Amino acid sequence: MKEILTRMGDGERVTMSVSQVKEDLEAGTRDAADRGKIPELTAAELEQLLEIFQDQNRIVGVSPGEEVVLTHDIGTLRLMGDQANSGVGIPLSRMQGILIHERAFAADTMELGHIDYSFKPIKPVISMEMQEYELASLVTIVPLFYGAMPNLGTYFRPDGPFGNPSDLLPQGKIREAREAQEGAAEHAARDMFYISNKLYSVGCDGINFDTTAAAGDADFYATLNAVAEIKKAMPSLTVEVGMAGEFILGIHSELFFNGERLAGMYPHRQVKMAEAAGADIFGPVVNTNTSKSMPWNLARAVTFVKHTVEVSNIPIHANVGMGVGGVPVFETPPIDCVTRTSKAMVQIAKVDGL
Amino acid sequence: MPIAHVMASGMGGIRTAGDLVARMQMARRMRLPEAKRYVAGKLGVAVVDLSNEQVMREVREDLDIGIITSVPGCAKGMEAKFRIARLLDIEINSVNRFRAKASI
Repeated sequence: MKEILTRMGDGERVTMSVSQVKEDLEAGTRDAADRGKIPELTAAELEQLLEIFQDQNRIVGVSPGEEVVLTHDIGTLRLMGDQANSGVGIPLSRMQGILIHERAFAADTMELGHIDYSFKPIKPVISMEMQEYELASLVTIVPLFYGAMPNLGTYFRPDGPFGNPSDLLPQGKIREAREAQEGAAEHAARDMFYISNKLYSVGCDGINFDTTAAAGDADFYATLNAVAEIKKAMPSLTVEVGMAGEFILGIHSELFFNGERLAGMYPHRQVKMAEAAGADIFGPVVNTNTSKSMPWNLARAVTFVKHTVEVSNIPIHANVGMGVGGVPVFETPPIDCVTRTSKAMVQIAKVDGL
Repeated sequence: MPIAHVMASGMGGIRTAGDLVARMQMARRMRLPEAKRYVAGKLGVAVVDLSNEQVMREVREDLDIGIITSVPGCAKGMEAKFRIARLLDIEINSVNRFRAKASI
């Protein structure tokens, strides 16, 4: 029987038989269903995924009319940034980077972001960001977001004023660790509101909260509270909430939003919190497992995202960058994997965007 | 990597109608099919043609809402966004700010 050339979750090329790919597709969807308590993909959808892998063209794509809207994390840093931002180190201004994305890369939307890309360090230089945004918005046509990471970690010692849960928890200081996270979340929410309000005053189209909940449930809690305040005060400012991982880590574990405990939520429950806060677009993440094959990872990611799309009332833009959504954990993601992820997310998960 | 997604499944930005469909998702939280239907209705084109470069190039040029290549005299940047806000019947924050600053 014809063999299928595919990859592992770390990008390594492997050859699998059709039956091996089928087994991994079934195992991947079963894993997502077990963890999320959600439906598995149907037999027809698994067959559709198999066809995507059986297509041995290097690049695959959707049919005319099926295309989706793309929003971008990290903004122009992928052009002028260093490897930490997956950047390629081209000496360009951010304005030039935005125009290149609009005019040369066919971007549907674009984003301005600070080189650190976390909210906290933006506060002291907010005037610079406002000026840059205002000038960029005069010359661009596509919707222009301002993107940054909530990054609650920057509020803990040694970077911030609050005790570090990573130090406190191993000492058994659970109450102190929780108090530190609550304090940090309050400061972070205040900073996110302040920065969003300043950008709104210069005509900002939208804020993209990228890698939300990277520091666990308190990070998610801070972001949701910030979003709720932002949408109350600035209803016309679009808010996109993009996640850091598939599962909300319960580092605090007793934080609630809209009456629900945030710790332990998978994407289909996370989106309901984002909706309740007033977010306009939600970006689910499903982590890629480097020890499993691309068929296993993609079937798993599509299972989570498809159910999230079904239960959502707002547009879903699935995260499909390096290491998430079925794309291998590798700095230069192979385009055979990237385009297969793109096609599967659109045709099977029915996303509103990527 | 974003280029791979653009090629595989992206709408095509201002080459086609990607920015316009994005505007409807952002302004009214429209899901993709509804956003596409809305924009197609406003432009007077079929939904499938929203990502058809051959159709959308002419539509964008006729409506003067910004095109991908640099043509002298065509609406650019803020000029195009003023026209897009009116065409799609939406508020665009940067347009509103420009209007306020210019006392229009």
